[in-house]
Amino acid sequence: MKIVCRCEDITEEDIIKAIEEYGCETLAELKQLLRLGMGHCQGRTCLILTAKILARKTGKSLNEILPSFRPPAVAVEIGLIGGENGK
Amino acid sequence: MESKADVVIVGAGINGCALAYEVAKRGKDVVILEKNYIAYGATGRCGAGIRQQWSTKENAMLAKKSVEIFERLSDELGHDIGLRQGGYLIAIHDEDEMKQAKKNVEMQKSIGLPVRIIYEDEIKEIAPILNPEGMNAIAATFCPTDGHANPFKTTYAYAKSAERMGAKIYRFTEVKNIKTSDKKIEKVVTNKGEIKTEYVVNCAGAWSKEIAKMVGIEMPNKPVRKEALVTEPLKRIFDCMVISFKHGIYFSQQEEGQILGGIPSPEEKSGYYTEPTFSFLKHMSYMLGKYAPPLKYVNILRQWTGFYDVTPDALPILGKTEIEGFIQCNGFSGHGFMIAPMTARLLAQLICNEKMDMSIDRLSQNRFKEKIIKEKSVVG
Ligand SMILES: Cc1cc2nc3c(=O)[nH]c(=O)nc-3n(C[C@H](O)[C@H](O)[C@H](O)COP(=O)(O)OP(=O)(O)OC[C@H]3O[C@@H](n4cnc5c(N)ncnc54)[C@H](O)[C@@H]3O)c2cc1C
Ligand code: FES
Repeated sequence: MKIVCRCEDITEEDIIKAIEEYGCETLAELKQLLRLGMGHCQGRTCLILTAKILARKTGKSLNEILPSFRPPAVAVEIGLIGGENGK
Repeated sequence: MESKADVVIVGAGINGCALAYEVAKRGKDVVILEKNYIAYGATGRCGAGIRQQWSTKENAMLAKKSVEIFERLSDELGHDIGLRQGGYLIAIHDEDEMKQAKKNVEMQKSIGLPVRIIYEDEIKEIAPILNPEGMNAIAATFCPTDGHANPFKTTYAYAKSAERMGAKIYRFTEVKNIKTSDKKIEKVVTNKGEIKTEYVVNCAGAWSKEIAKMVGIEMPNKPVRKEALVTEPLKRIFDCMVISFKHGIYFSQQEEGQILGGIPSPEEKSGYYTEPTFSFLKHMSYMLGKYAPPLKYVNILRQWTGFYDVTPDALPILGKTEIEGFIQCNGFSGHGFMIAPMTARLLAQLICNEKMDMSIDRLSQNRFKEKIIKEKSVVG
């Protein structure tokens, strides 16, 4: 058993099963189905690894598959951003 | 790809997938054409809240009937949809809102919803994390059977079940044109080939306007950009969705423990621009701190954007059009997830010439020729 996404506890088998069962071709689909890359590190560890698995399984090039990242770049505290008076 | 089908659905969001299931269940050949992947549109970006507390009877009925379907849906489809019914708590900020709330509650009760007005003590009892003073709330309405479901699980459950019944879903297949003759649907042209069909259903969400144009129908819908954010997962602290019409805020704790919510961004514009903004992040964080002070110490993991497909009265556009076989299923104005199960059932009945569970005549696009009654209970 190989863990690919440590934050959300997802294995290589989970990913391959989803690709085969649902015909996934994109990282976005795997995120939706498995919560892959949605953990604390926001996929900075697992998405590249998963992209390689997808490339291997679908025959697409790695460039076609590479992830997009949603901000913020690192986790930030609500109080720190919101402040006391919204200014 | 198929050379013909009974029904071609444009868009594999919650509405396209639910409709494909309902139509395939009735024995028709159905094809869904999706230019990206399942749940790429608003469905994959939404709060997936399920609320029956509306000001218009049409929305309230569609939502109530949908909740009845949601409650049995995991069993019916054989896939868990992650339904949680922790209620919706809607803040009331002043006497004007109280007047409207009383009117809404009366109508909602008349159709059998277990909704009631609650005050400070009960607000805190239901969601101890809330600070009614910071919320500027004098009371709230609460309906315990409201809730939310997992949008991905629900959409994939419908999609998988539709496929089991024989429906075909073509992803990465874009509808480029729709051919008609004598005001009647003839065929659909895609980047991967053409399909002859009798029915085309426009479930293209914020892109519906463009699909309608292909058959010469102008729609009043506007795509409006919306932002949302999600925090790290926490142990369960509250069960209800919290919303305010005045502030436009909504937030809830999801199944896995994260807080998900949104608010109109100060620099909101119409159009298809998708970059998330810092001003949204700041405004939402500030308001979350006001509504639920302990959340100030919680980390935000991610923010994103999506589109509401907004009509002039915030009610969906459903049903037949002047082009025979061209059916509308769009204009959901920010609440198209929660009413999808009933919408799909009704449109399937319409397409299959069955007796309909309720009339959707008032939701046809023709209504914009007359005076409209606007839905008042909108957020986000
Ligand atoms: C931030 C946010 C929060 C929300 N919160 C809630 C909520 O709490 N509760 C709720 O009920 N609703 C909510 N909504 C609204 C809800 O998400 C939508 O109303 C609903 O998902 C619409 O589903 P749909 O299937 O009609 O459209 P969509 O999910 O938008 O799907 C349309 C599909 O059509 C495809 N398409 C477009 N053009 C073409 C073409 N030419 N060819 C082929 N395919 C095409 C798109 O790729 C897309 O996949 C929210 C929306 C947003 C943005
Ligand atoms: S390892 Fe996958 S989200 Fe962190």
